[in-house]
Amino acid sequence: MDSIIIYGLVYSMTLALTAIGLSLTFGISGVANFAIGGLYVLAGYLPWLFISNFGIPYPVAVVMSLLISAIIGALIYQLILQRVRGYLLAEVIGTFAIGIAILETIRASGLVGFGAKIPPFIQGTTMLLGVPIDFQRIFIVLTALILIGGLWLFTRRTKVGLAFRGIAQNERTALAFGIESDRIAMLSLVAGSVLIAIAAITILPLGLIHVDNGYEVLIIAIAVGIVGGLESLPGIILASFILGFSQTLAAMFIGTHWIMVVFLAAIVIVLALRPSGLLGRFKEIEERV
Amino acid sequence: MTTAYRKERIDRGIKARSDDIFALSSYREALYLLVPRVLPVGLLLIVPAILLGIGETYWVKIIIMCCVFGALALSWDFMHSAGLLSLGQALFFGIGAYIAGALNASFNLPPYLTIPIATIAGGFLSTLLMSSVLRLRGIYFGIISFALSLMLARVIEATHLLGGTEGISGLATFPNIWVEVYLVVIAVLFCLFFFRRLINSDYGLVFRGMMENDRAVMSGGINIYWFKIQALFIGSTVCAFMGAFMVHYIGTVGISVFAMDYSILPVACVILGGPGTFAGPLIGAFLLVPVSELMRAFSTWRIVFYCVVLAFFVIAVPEGIFHFIQRRYHQLERKVEVEARQ
Repeated sequence: MDSIIIYGLVYSMTLALTAIGLSLTFGISGVANFAIGGLYVLAGYLPWLFISNFGIPYPVAVVMSLLISAIIGALIYQLILQRVRGYLLAEVIGTFAIGIAILETIRASGLVGFGAKIPPFIQGTTMLLGVPIDFQRIFIVLTALILIGGLWLFTRRTKVGLAFRGIAQNERTALAFGIESDRIAMLSLVAGSVLIAIAAITILPLGLIHVDNGYEVLIIAIAVGIVGGLESLPGIILASFILGFSQTLAAMFIGTHWIMVVFLAAIVIVLALRPSGLLGRFKEIEERV
Repeated sequence: MTTAYRKERIDRGIKARSDDIFALSSYREALYLLVPRVLPVGLLLIVPAILLGIGETYWVKIIIMCCVFGALALSWDFMHSAGLLSLGQALFFGIGAYIAGALNASFNLPPYLTIPIATIAGGFLSTLLMSSVLRLRGIYFGIISFALSLMLARVIEATHLLGGTEGISGLATFPNIWVEVYLVVIAVLFCLFFFRRLINSDYGLVFRGMMENDRAVMSGGINIYWFKIQALFIGSTVCAFMGAFMVHYIGTVGISVFAMDYSILPVACVILGGPGTFAGPLIGAFLLVPVSELMRAFSTWRIVFYCVVLAFFVIAVPEGIFHFIQRRYHQLERKVEVEARQ
């Protein structure tokens, strides 16, 4: 029983951590970025490359990886999104294509050999409520909570954060208030990419890096967003808990290959009952349904 | 005295009032209209016969692949015209393929029975699977369809149903390559003209309305979910037919039918050709598929290639090459003699 709570908690926070990147970019500021799968794997893969091939120390490698993710986010905005802003199909297909291109380039180049792995922040395990748990999993929970709390304050208390929400609500009015929507949208893409990179660096040490992780991340982020309501941070947490615990239970009692089925079942049930997500608001119904 | 010439747009005299009502006064003007419509169809019907006549089968196989992906692209374009952004043509394709394969393997039904059954049953099953997420719009619907196709492959892998990872092999194939190529060519041409007709009918107007503004369609008292289900059914039967065809064409069915190629390449064909035109996606397929066949040696680099094409055309030529060609054709000029001044 304790182990279900602990693992469920850790897994829920893993889901929340992967979902907040998309939630910030697409949910809060309304700019599509479906390249997150590619960014996720790239951000996990780069530190491994730096450490194993160039002997760069781990903290430096992590910082470089975060910087590169930020630059890629800015480039995606400048090269693709800025040209097709407002035409959602083009935004979505363009970024989605870039994400898959990154993933498949990593796969095709064969650079991720078997055993690509980045080290955890601190090695070792500890006991929590009588359940063995490694420090990295505790870090995941802490990082997720800090980032969600920080994001909540950021989008409500700072000017830039309010601008993030402003351009999604009404871009013209935002412009009239002196918000440069192009700059804010680019910042939002940069921030979303960095969040995804942080998620990758925090989560990936738990296992081997694999290209298919990228597709999983995309599906997870979308599923959490749909269930919770993409623009609502409390919704993201609630959805992560629901999905995380139901998956932990499914994995324990039915079998691990049913995990993905739980996602879809959850999406279907939530959509049937509350089309805008559990904590989403009416505005989202118009956008999504 | 030298005769003077001036240039004149050919289409100006033909087009009466609008772009699709024509006033013809000579057989040459009729040809101007007929050539772009009849020539591609004629070529598609004649070229395979010529190639087979001279004993060339490699290019005939490429034409078959072009038609398969062309039909997937057509169905994508149709769904898109009805406001459904699908990223999972592989899902519908794979469902059709597995139904045909399973029927052939376990009940020993011949292809002329399995293909129609798989087409209809595949359409029903796909619609049933996706019907609950039809409430989602845009990318949300797209991602779920994309995820479902990846997931079904994993379920088959995990449960070892339907042959598991190895798939089912040794299935019935077509008697000869003539049947294969003409079946698929006629199917794709049928889809092309069927969709073009359908989308311009009153019934299709509802679909187009759903893409442009589904709120407005709803306020017109139309149940858009019911129409979305119909659009999904029509679109997915086409994919299921092609899946069933592919199974009997190569004689095996495995989890590769859910591969991303079948989801991404059709989208790339449509974006390259020009969404909403139906002829455009087919042109896109006949341009992209041969290139991708030539790149077969590079395996996964192909998906990178489609994605780069996709991203490039979305940004640089959002209207697609079909509109470009059409515009150029309408701008063709002829020389006419200037009447001598009195």
